[in-house]
Amino acid sequence: MAGIGPLSEEGLVRLLDHEGRRVEDATYDPYVSHLTMDDLRAFWRDMTLTRAFDLESTSLQRQGELGLWVPALGQEAAQIGSAHATRLPDHIFPSYREHGVLHVKGIDLASIMGMWRGMEHSSWDPTAYGVHTYTLVIGAHAPHAVGYAQAMDWDGLVGSGDPEKDGAVVCYFGDGATSQGDVNEALVFAAVNNAPVVFFIQNNQFAISEPTTRQSKVPLAQRASGVGIPGVRVDGNDVVAVHAVTRWAMEHARSGQGPVVIEALTYRMGAHTTSDDPTRYRTTSDEQYWKDRDPIARLETFLTSADELPEDFKAQVEADGKELARRTRESVKGWQRGPVEQMFDHVYGTPHALVQEEKAWFNRYEASFADQEVAK
Amino acid sequence: MTAEAPAAVRSMNLGGAINAGLRAAMERDPKVLLMGEDIGQLGGVFRVTDGLWKDFGDHRVIDTPLAESGIVGTAIGMALRGYTPVVEIQFDGFIFPAFNQITTQLAKLHYRTKGKLSVPVVIRVPFAGGIGAVEHHSESIEALFAHTAGLRVVSPATPQDAYDMIQQAIASPDPVLFLEPKARYWDKGEVDTARVGTQLEAVGGAQAATAEMSRARVAREGKDVTLLAYGPSVRLCLQSAELAAADSVSAEVIDLRSVSPFDMETVLASVKKTGRAVVVHEAPVAFGTGGELAARIGEKAFFHLHAPVMRVGGFHMPYPGSKFEHDYLPSVDRILDAVDRVMAH
Repeated sequence: MAGIGPLSEEGLVRLLDHEGRRVEDATYDPYVSHLTMDDLRAFWRDMTLTRAFDLESTSLQRQGELGLWVPALGQEAAQIGSAHATRLPDHIFPSYREHGVLHVKGIDLASIMGMWRGMEHSSWDPTAYGVHTYTLVIGAHAPHAVGYAQAMDWDGLVGSGDPEKDGAVVCYFGDGATSQGDVNEALVFAAVNNAPVVFFIQNNQFAISEPTTRQSKVPLAQRASGVGIPGVRVDGNDVVAVHAVTRWAMEHARSGQGPVVIEALTYRMGAHTTSDDPTRYRTTSDEQYWKDRDPIARLETFLTSADELPEDFKAQVEADGKELARRTRESVKGWQRGPVEQMFDHVYGTPHALVQEEKAWFNRYEASFADQEVAK
Repeated sequence: MTAEAPAAVRSMNLGGAINAGLRAAMERDPKVLLMGEDIGQLGGVFRVTDGLWKDFGDHRVIDTPLAESGIVGTAIGMALRGYTPVVEIQFDGFIFPAFNQITTQLAKLHYRTKGKLSVPVVIRVPFAGGIGAVEHHSESIEALFAHTAGLRVVSPATPQDAYDMIQQAIASPDPVLFLEPKARYWDKGEVDTARVGTQLEAVGGAQAATAEMSRARVAREGKDVTLLAYGPSVRLCLQSAELAAADSVSAEVIDLRSVSPFDMETVLASVKKTGRAVVVHEAPVAFGTGGELAARIGEKAFFHLHAPVMRVGGFHMPYPGSKFEHDYLPSVDRILDAVDRVMAH
């Protein structure tokens, strides 16, 4: 891969081409041979529901119901394909755009909006779902993933040979994060400790406005070779290939063979967030090129050509998408702020004199207004 | 058992007391592990972890790659799986690569997740000056971390406190910055090694230990002026109080022990009694913990004060070359000068 840039398609693992045709790959075909048409329809359904949720959430932000929204538009294959390669003992450290991953892991997307409405900083129980809270500081969760993976190893959850028991960690981050010190330190710590962790880079080609060429001169997966671990590039818009590569990587990590870097080359079809304006830094022809490579359309074409996507199934998924959107809207609008004093809760796990004093002061201050109202 | 367990009193220096405290914590709880640079075979650059690698092995005394953010960051991940990592940052001035992990992640995860996640990481830092070191090896960093909610910041001044407080910090469910006054590593004292273990093994021991670690100690009683200090400055204040006594000034010395939170109850009780306070710390005075204490004393004990609260500490400059440090750092003379000034009121 010497001499090629970070957006090159060279070396990408691909099992469905962008026109939805199956491409054979002797190395990775065994990792998808178990997939049935039902499985592929489930992938398509998950991607379609994630997108329906995503579009509704953007609308909710535009209508003033959310402070901010971070669309995953275009990255559905990278997220759904990889998340389906995880299972119960595994643990996931997402960045903050992995709505598709959350959906696959059973977190009701309609329930995660408190964070984006300004009600709370996280919405699900990380232990119950095996999915850590979203981390907004770019790359800061990468060392957490490594430490967690080391601890799984110590707990005897790696390399036992029992597929029900063995687990590994997946850490999601983007192309921008690969420039962060924390991500590079995480790679070093993972490598020297042989930690069971898969670093899953969604190279969506943009860190807000900056193209991946501002982060790297080489394909991001090549970072792996610097620390002596395997790095694989995959077509991030090919859900089947993403699934295959992630399955391989997870088996590698779970069996005690150490960390892996996966770079899924995809495209952020939407804005970085609802505060962003991509028209200032990219062309419509570029956007059109990637619209023609839409990950959902690709699988849809494959299934349709195989006559495996019946109209009634599509109609049902469309209805499910509308229902998810409706529930999301209802959930967002139904959010009520709790008592103000709750903002003082959980700063510490044990009582801290300063927090207690300030909370008591605040309550007295609030009560002083109530007295005046009563007096009137 | 009806009779009290016999007190196991041993003579130790402060560094040795931390070593013994770490050992006791590791024996008590198999989830406690140590991580840092050169802490294994070498025993740490100050030998505070001496012998622990040999006795507990690679998996519990871990020599990490040379990357402070990675050390704290991976420790957070281990804590999320139920481990209690005790991290050593080799010198105060090297903590800054980990500043982001400590302030945006370690301090906030419990709050961010509404208490669903706890990260009971202890960060040990040999801190403050006075040992003739090169740049970045003598810094007082407490205000930077006390300013961040979610962290506890403590500093022992005696071998007994070093032994007790390191174990209490490890038992606390909250993340703790444990600041070790490196110039006092060789101070000797008697240490009762039995008491803290009894506390920790009792029901609710972690909460009781956290509460006790957060309380100040009256190190010397007096009636004319209160000297407020922690870590390396406590011994200096005791020496100053001794000299002031010769000059017929009775100085009370409060060893704060905890910077976040301050034990204002003990501070205010003392200041209300003496009517005068001098805060002493090595950190630069400007925007420091002395200013915070002065403001709080002003708010809560204004009418008890005979004089403004004075601060004695470092200057608003980078830590100077070591040939200048004894003029930069608070000294007995400068403390007595401040005492004279408050006594003039």
